[in-house]
Amino acid sequence: MKQTWDVIVIGGGHAGCEAAAAAARFGAATLLLTQKAGTIGAMSCNPAIGGLGKGHLVREIDALDGLMARVADEAGIQFRVLNRRKGPAVRGPRAQMDRKRYAAAMRTALDATRHLAIAEGEAAAFEVSQGWILGVRLADGRAFRCGAVVVATGTFLRGMIHIGAERVPAGRVGDAPANELSAFFEAHGFELGRLKTGTPPRLDGRTVDFVGLERQEGDCEPEPFSILTDRIVNPQVACHITRTTPEGHAVVRANLARSALYGGAISGRGPRYCPSIEDKIVRFADRDSHQIFLEPEGLDDPTIYPNGVSTSLPVDAQEAFIRTCPGLENVRIIRPGYAIEYDYLDPRGLSASLETRAVAGLFLAGQVNGTTGYEEAAAQGLVAGLNAARRAAGLEGVVFDRSEAYLGVMIDDLTLRGVTEPYRMFTSRAEFRLSLRADNADARLTARGGELGLIGSERMARHLRRAGAHKAISEQLGDLSLTPNQAAREGLALNQDGVRRTAFQLLSYPSVSFDDLCRVWPQLAATPAWLQDRIESDAKYAVYLDRQGADLEAYRADEGLTLAHIDYAALPGLSRELQQKLTAARPGSLARASRIEGMTPAALTLLAAHARRARPAA
Amino acid sequence: MSVIFALSSAGGRAAVAVIRLSGAGALEAAARIAGDLPPARRLGLRRLRRLNGDVLDEALVVSFPGAASATGEDLAEFHVHGSRAVVAALLEDLGALPGCRMAEAGEFSRRAFRNGKRDLAALEGLADLIEAETEGQRRQALRQMQGRLGDEVVGWRASLLDVQAELEAELDFSDEGDVATDLAGVRARLGRLVAALDGALEGTSAAERVREGFRVVIAGPPNAGKSTLLNALAGRDVAIVTATPGTTRDVLDVELDIGGRRVILSDTAGLRDAGDDIEAEGIRRARLRIEDADLVLWLDELNPVPDAPPGALPVRTKVDRFGADPSADGIVISCVTGLGLEALLADVGERAALSLDAGVDALVVRRRHRDAIREARVDLGRGLSVQMPELIAESCRRARLALGRIVGADDPEAVLGVVFGRFCIGK
Repeated sequence: MKQTWDVIVIGGGHAGCEAAAAAARFGAATLLLTQKAGTIGAMSCNPAIGGLGKGHLVREIDALDGLMARVADEAGIQFRVLNRRKGPAVRGPRAQMDRKRYAAAMRTALDATRHLAIAEGEAAAFEVSQGWILGVRLADGRAFRCGAVVVATGTFLRGMIHIGAERVPAGRVGDAPANELSAFFEAHGFELGRLKTGTPPRLDGRTVDFVGLERQEGDCEPEPFSILTDRIVNPQVACHITRTTPEGHAVVRANLARSALYGGAISGRGPRYCPSIEDKIVRFADRDSHQIFLEPEGLDDPTIYPNGVSTSLPVDAQEAFIRTCPGLENVRIIRPGYAIEYDYLDPRGLSASLETRAVAGLFLAGQVNGTTGYEEAAAQGLVAGLNAARRAAGLEGVVFDRSEAYLGVMIDDLTLRGVTEPYRMFTSRAEFRLSLRADNADARLTARGGELGLIGSERMARHLRRAGAHKAISEQLGDLSLTPNQAAREGLALNQDGVRRTAFQLLSYPSVSFDDLCRVWPQLAATPAWLQDRIESDAKYAVYLDRQGADLEAYRADEGLTLAHIDYAALPGLSRELQQKLTAARPGSLARASRIEGMTPAALTLLAAHARRARPAA
Repeated sequence: MSVIFALSSAGGRAAVAVIRLSGAGALEAAARIAGDLPPARRLGLRRLRRLNGDVLDEALVVSFPGAASATGEDLAEFHVHGSRAVVAALLEDLGALPGCRMAEAGEFSRRAFRNGKRDLAALEGLADLIEAETEGQRRQALRQMQGRLGDEVVGWRASLLDVQAELEAELDFSDEGDVATDLAGVRARLGRLVAALDGALEGTSAAERVREGFRVVIAGPPNAGKSTLLNALAGRDVAIVTATPGTTRDVLDVELDIGGRRVILSDTAGLRDAGDDIEAEGIRRARLRIEDADLVLWLDELNPVPDAPPGALPVRTKVDRFGADPSADGIVISCVTGLGLEALLADVGERAALSLDAGVDALVVRRRHRDAIREARVDLGRGLSVQMPELIAESCRRARLALGRIVGADDPEAVLGVVFGRFCIGK
């Protein structure tokens, strides 16, 4: 094994895999270090990828030639586009995964990546000299030298599992925690906090009575995550829905004092959007039933993931509770649910390239930054891996901003505002939501990815073909036009104002679909489905996108003013409160400064006066 | 980048007031008011018209096309006569043009910096700006905010937050919570909000009617020397001055210029039980004026001056006849010898300066508020006209941002907080 690497990635979860692959795509000699190579690509919680907001992230990872989308397409067993009846900006692709196939496909993808090696071992400490990272020391005494490190240890930092009163130090059930790294971070002045999350019991599907339960099928035509995937080949399966009952709620209430969450054993903060069943029953006491989605974990695996009932009740109470649900009267629990508490590092200690401010060359990605979710982790991993490779090559970090990608929104939120609960992506967090769509991720990011050296030739070729087709159809729809009279003859009701309208303008009306255009102009029928969707989104949002254009321009202009190396405490005219906030947040750009609470117009003007104009992007 | 505009010259009454516009579209906006623009970087005399076609003023107009201008953008200036009515009308009409809005404090400088137009003068100007913001402006804004408008804006924003939470729950959690958004209900609530904003816009428009100058009312018991003082200050015989009590039966106005500011001095009927109907009417008008005045000079020949209404400045008159008591408080005058008149004028001038100059700030603050409310109103109107929930949500988001410019920005996480509080989210 080589002793010296450009980049070492610690952790083989979703952030670690994507970080290692991105660094290697960039051309860095990369080592992925994991406690157990067998758990690479493991889905510790629910067996699904994507969703609202999260599906956007998966598409963005794909647009930057990452792995998650392709792997999910290989392992997906039920594909569904959420919010299909709403507008394109808020649609989110989601798919149930075959857990084993996912991990296997991820491993295959990593093995096929040039410049990437995988090794087993627990990182115990980092060699740091004069604020620069020099290498990694392992618990078994081995040591590697490197140019940069990405820490993607998920929930493993001082991880502690709770099941009722039982407490087991672990990073994930069955896997040992990483305790030495926390000590390293504390010694180097990092701010550590404690978060918690939970997972439901796993059920044996052979003991579930599905008769009478509501079935939830996937889409008839599964829509892949990746533009490289032409077709989903796995057989598609259904999920089922059952509900909690008043009897079950009574069981939970009777056992609340025995829950790790309510017994006071857990101090960390959990996510409000993913409450345990204990939380749901206490906080929404007026409801006598909650949905449970029974999600299969694989084609040849009887395990069922009951989504919606994460819990830290003791095992006997979990069993008593779950058996009150219709269809689960005789269910066998394969593995109990649990709550896990873990250390995270305050992400405000990171720059927007995900490099720590305390140690140059040390990058953090994923749950260790206080996020939750495979997709959030993977997206950070990609950015951290890319920037670690650049750091090792002596290049400056690159940043994705809020106006170009959800991953930019996420990293900006994390590094500027920090977290109070595990951070999850929501479309409502993106102020440029109407332009940051799942359907145009490649148009937003692939060209930039190409300039950054992240994009393989196959993807670039596909992207260029798609971009060319999009340009052609845009021009075509701009050239085709008709009068209100002609439109009326085609059955399209328009204002009879005598004004000719282009096909694109017609498509912007809520009542006009691409199919309508095909009726008028049969030559359009040959347009591929993805392109029909894309151009229809462009048209339906056109007016709003124009309006956002001005905001975008102002935002980009302020992003272009950098605030590096300013001693805020020495700036006359700033209130003490703002001096302190700016010093703590080190906003990096005027746009970021403007999002700090309490910022005043005059203070912004003062900062603008001291800002440096960034070099125009290459 | 939208067109911003502001009164760039100092407050108070001056011969000329400069109003500046900057941004893409500034030249078009200026041309809309001036008819046409003189060649770039040349002053030209133009007749400015209001949007309804009425003549506003004859003014000097100059334009500086972008890149080379002080802000780096298209820039135009109107040099109008320094009347507050003219300035207020021009600001109002500019605010009504599409894409134009009142500049935030320091926004011209910020654009200049953004476009790489930094210079020392601008940097020095910043100190003044910060001074103004921390002291005067902030106090002014606070005063405004403690009023009814502030409460209302907070209320509107809370309703908007609620509507937005309802929409976002449906957009972000449709697959994992028992959320069901009642779009008809959302529309009804937005409709009520639009009506409330419309009502407020009408209200502020009336409240904005600019008062011309600083109004001083001379009042007091009959025969206290009110008309004599008016004549003495006016320097000419504009009021009939006699020794018979009840001589002044109507209100007489004299316009003075004190320190560059317009002061309207009003002589009123002496307040007493009226002798006849005409005098009674004069006294009624006098009382109205007193209520409406910026400053009341309460004259009496007695020492100390009795019965001065609260807030009035007591002035003891005829000291040549009755003798001055050096220990007496307040102002003592004699219109015969001229004693104390200079001191009185200085006092009035100082008060006028305070009131008028703060008034310009207040006007600007009110205009900004009105712009923000109008913007929110336009956004919500759009939200009512569309079907897709994400477009309604976008309209609400923009409206909430606009209202945030009045009462301060809120936490972007606020919507999520309401969602999680109300709906049981989470598979």
